[in-house]
Amino acid sequence: MKNFFDSDLWWSFTRSPVTMISAVTAFVCIAGAVLAPLLAPHNPFDLASLQLMDAFKPPAWTGEGDATYPLGTDDQGRDVLSAIMYGARVSLLVGFCAVLFSTTLGVALGLLAGYLGGRVDAVLMRIADIQLTFPSILVALLVDGVVRAALPRDVHDQIAIFVVIFAIGISNWPQFARTVRGSTLVERNKEYVQAARVIGLSPLRIMRSHVLPNVLGPVLVIATLNLGFAILAEATLSFLGVGVPPTQPSLGTLIRIGNDFLFSGEWWITIFPGVALIVMVLSVNLLGDWLRDALNPKLR
Amino acid sequence: MLRRMLCRAAVVAALGLGLGAAAAEARTVRWSASGDPNTMDPHSQNVGTVTMVLQQIYDPLISRKPDLSLEPGLATEWRQVEPSRWRFTLRQGVRFHEGEAFTSDDVVFSITRALQPTSNFGIFVDTIDRAEAVDAHTVDIITKAPDPILPNKLASVFMMSRSWSERNNAARPQNTRQREEMHTVRNTNGTGAFRLQSREPDVRTVLVRNNDWWGWREPQNRGNVTEIVYRPIASDATRVAALLSGEIDFVLDPPLQDLNRLRNAQGLRVLEGPEVRTLFIAFDTYRDELLYSDVRGRNPFRDLRVRQALYQAIDIQAIHRTTMRGQSVVTGTLFPEQVQGYAREEDVRLPFDANRARALLAEAGFPNGFEVTLDCSNNRYINDEQICQAIAAMWTRIGVRTRLNAMPLGPFFAKIQRDDTSVYMLGWGVPTLDALYSFQSLLATRNGAQGDGIWNYGRYSNPAMDALIQRMKVETGDQRQATIREALRLYRQDLPHIPLHHQMIPWALRANIQMPHTANNQPYFRWAVVN
Amino acid sequence: MFAFIVSRILQALPVMLTVSLISFAMFAYVGDPVAIMLGQDFTEAQRQALVQQLGLDQPFFVQFATFLGNAVQGEFGLSYRLSRPVAELIAERAPATLELALCAAFIALAVGVPMGVYTGLYRHSWLSRFFLTFSLIGVSLPTFLIGILLILTFSVWLGWLPSFGRGDVARLGWWSTGFLSWSGIKALILPAITLGLFQLTLIMRLVRSEMLEVLRTDYIKFARARGLPNRMVHFGHALKNTLVPVITIAGLQLGAIIAFAIVTETVFQWPGMGLLFIQSVGAADIPVMAAYLMLIAAVFVTINLIVDLLYYAVDPRLRIGRGGGH
Repeated sequence: MKNFFDSDLWWSFTRSPVTMISAVTAFVCIAGAVLAPLLAPHNPFDLASLQLMDAFKPPAWTGEGDATYPLGTDDQGRDVLSAIMYGARVSLLVGFCAVLFSTTLGVALGLLAGYLGGRVDAVLMRIADIQLTFPSILVALLVDGVVRAALPRDVHDQIAIFVVIFAIGISNWPQFARTVRGSTLVERNKEYVQAARVIGLSPLRIMRSHVLPNVLGPVLVIATLNLGFAILAEATLSFLGVGVPPTQPSLGTLIRIGNDFLFSGEWWITIFPGVALIVMVLSVNLLGDWLRDALNPKLR
Repeated sequence: MLRRMLCRAAVVAALGLGLGAAAAEARTVRWSASGDPNTMDPHSQNVGTVTMVLQQIYDPLISRKPDLSLEPGLATEWRQVEPSRWRFTLRQGVRFHEGEAFTSDDVVFSITRALQPTSNFGIFVDTIDRAEAVDAHTVDIITKAPDPILPNKLASVFMMSRSWSERNNAARPQNTRQREEMHTVRNTNGTGAFRLQSREPDVRTVLVRNNDWWGWREPQNRGNVTEIVYRPIASDATRVAALLSGEIDFVLDPPLQDLNRLRNAQGLRVLEGPEVRTLFIAFDTYRDELLYSDVRGRNPFRDLRVRQALYQAIDIQAIHRTTMRGQSVVTGTLFPEQVQGYAREEDVRLPFDANRARALLAEAGFPNGFEVTLDCSNNRYINDEQICQAIAAMWTRIGVRTRLNAMPLGPFFAKIQRDDTSVYMLGWGVPTLDALYSFQSLLATRNGAQGDGIWNYGRYSNPAMDALIQRMKVETGDQRQATIREALRLYRQDLPHIPLHHQMIPWALRANIQMPHTANNQPYFRWAVVN
Repeated sequence: MFAFIVSRILQALPVMLTVSLISFAMFAYVGDPVAIMLGQDFTEAQRQALVQQLGLDQPFFVQFATFLGNAVQGEFGLSYRLSRPVAELIAERAPATLELALCAAFIALAVGVPMGVYTGLYRHSWLSRFFLTFSLIGVSLPTFLIGILLILTFSVWLGWLPSFGRGDVARLGWWSTGFLSWSGIKALILPAITLGLFQLTLIMRLVRSEMLEVLRTDYIKFARARGLPNRMVHFGHALKNTLVPVITIAGLQLGAIIAFAIVTETVFQWPGMGLLFIQSVGAADIPVMAAYLMLIAAVFVTINLIVDLLYYAVDPRLRIGRGGGH
């Protein structure tokens, strides 16, 4: 731990107020989302607790509002703040898992391609090339559609969240694979790796203990930046109505629903989830940006 | 000085005249709704979005007034000469847009065309055996059995030209199978008040006034619109924005939550009115075990007490005030008062009473409730998904843990039409404005006969109800009224459905457009006056 | 060169085949076109007849083979929803989407490149920071929200620009264009900005980082050492060198723009292919959806090919042999 505080990273962190603010914001968002069942004033998924007569209550400070609903209620009488906290949970879960999925896949394939080279490399990189040209949203639409077609609706609703994770994750792995492959190519030819090879270490071991640690920096940067994209991709899919089922609304779903009330004066139903989404993605992106600059002394 | 003033007055007068003349030349109404008609064929699709454009172009034999009562259309008179034979006297001197004279031969052709298997208008002509031309301007329509409400049905059947249709290979209604598209998908030739000028699907459909229309001679058709431009906008928010910013003059289906804003907007107004469409919840009362429930070995919905419990668990006033923003007519019966056969004494709801509901459930052997899935559309009726969400919450509160399965109309109809449901919400419109249409489709036992029980997906079946429905088909006058009344009473006792409300269909339009609101949600631009 | 093109086309074929299989499989069971076509009233016999007529009672792979055979001939059948040939529908909508995409790409380049150059050259000026913050917000805002906010501001509050549609379009042969009328151009502004904003920020950041990279190279240092004026160094040497990757990315992003047009067209009711696609999804209009996805795949494959060829033309290292490390 002491090492960490002595590191360049920490030094650069303390030098950048924007980064500190965004780190705090991101932390608040994540904590609020993860601890939603403990912190949220209501449970928006408990149908039995919903009171239709409480619907469309404005935020508490506007006068007509109700102190039990700090940010007002939506069309079903759900507390907007609680819905945002639970929604952020879904958004973050999808975002993290999707990034984790594409990182794992991308790193593994990138290592493989870079280390083995030859045919494996050519094929993998060709696939990555082709997929990179397809926008992730379209890949996600396709994957989601195929699963939707293949499974009955009830089953689909239960696993919809995994489908979205898979759809977004699968569309982002080439970035990781390319970066890792590039770094691996460089590392592979370095003397210590050559030496390890000569003394007969297994390729797997070499990759794990020698090559992998050296490529983690850029991977971390891409992963952070990708988290923002993944959350936005989920929101867009949910906005188009093919994301997570409305029984587990994410921030994107909340915005889509609230969108209907934009002109009617009930702005809080869509504005607050929208702001929450933007703040969350923005703070994650700012952190990613800083991380990239900090890890790359040449100020890339 | 004086001269200058005179000059100015002259200029002002000239300008005023000029403006007046320009306004008289072009009175365009640009209007919008969420969907676009998918064909221009008058007998292919029995769907509101198609009819709302086609009824400006084509005329039926019998038209409707703003209150939807019947009035002469292409037929000036009609009477039942024999129990199964109606005689229609046709209007003289009517011409189609392309110049053909309208005669009895066209009527025979149009009725025959609507009877084709590729037609979607079977329900309006299913009792017809054939049509016969008596002379050039007299037609007999022979029914398979006496049909007292034939004129109501014929008000939905448009008249086409035989020579034009045959010349363009369109003697049968458009069939989606055909490799070449049909002429009638994009072209029209009616006798109506407007003719089709141009059409780009999903983008723009332009109709222009037919100055030769026979109806302009009638005093009630005071319309002065010269051009109607229809531009569908699927997104609610965008449609409202277009109305507010002046790009559109009239929105047929403004979202309920925006009504207040539209009412208060400068130069706009909202026409409120009911629709002849009733929303209800229907149960699977047929299976011995529900498909989507945790109850094994029995079907809770076959128990009247369970159905009543779910009925009394619904706080319909809360839905009316909040979800529908006051734009609904709460009901306890099958159809609204515009429908022939409506009885106010039978339009009484069971009161909302959650405690009573819990007691009934316990009495029926479900003190801890049970689980069930409610099937619902999410883009067919006004706020359908929100209504179902509210109901799911209300049922869950009395212990019936309800999972909501809300789908777009395509998959939703496909699912319930396979009887693949335990409980679902449906909205039923009554284009004939007669009780039989609802009873026959929704409550008759499905027996393979055309029309009987074809929308009865809970497979409710009661011989007493079936007997009453068969009587409705043939009886007339007070006797028929009494039969319908009895059926409505049985409906209240048996609770095959939980009635919810009749939809209201507000229209939003510019304040300078005068037009009557019609309960079939079909704007008639022949009555529209633009100031 | 020729062999290179041939090998790329051969690689593209399995892609196209996969996409066509997926696009067909994708929607084969999602919605039931029969229920939609039949409307509110019909009998079971009518339903069965229609199912048979549409070939929906055939096994999956028979349906797919039929589809593929026709697709190769450019024949996608009739739209279930509109009863018109799919190829014709798509041809009608393509100009709208392409004009929108090109405008968005133009905005992205015309604004993004100068902003990127500026932020690259003057890394620490307040304007650069402003641009960077702006770009981060741009990246963090979902497209649909941007569109809605623009409509709210410029159509409803200010009343300056139309909120939907293409305005008046002129026909030039089979192409329809909104460039020739004032209302057409006005209608283009908001959707093009909405669609272009994300790409704009992307290009700006890309140009910036490429500029930073290039400015560090020995080549620039030499140029400076030779006493060339800053202007000359920045635009003559540095910018020129950043342009190759920028053009590549911009080209590849053109595909992304066309795909993201789905969202923009939905918000603005822009009558392009994306809107047609979303409306077809709602109506389970399989022929249109399948054709659209195949078309998009073809566009991507083509763009990819062109970019590869450009690279080949620009970067001499590629010509020597494509094996090796990089």
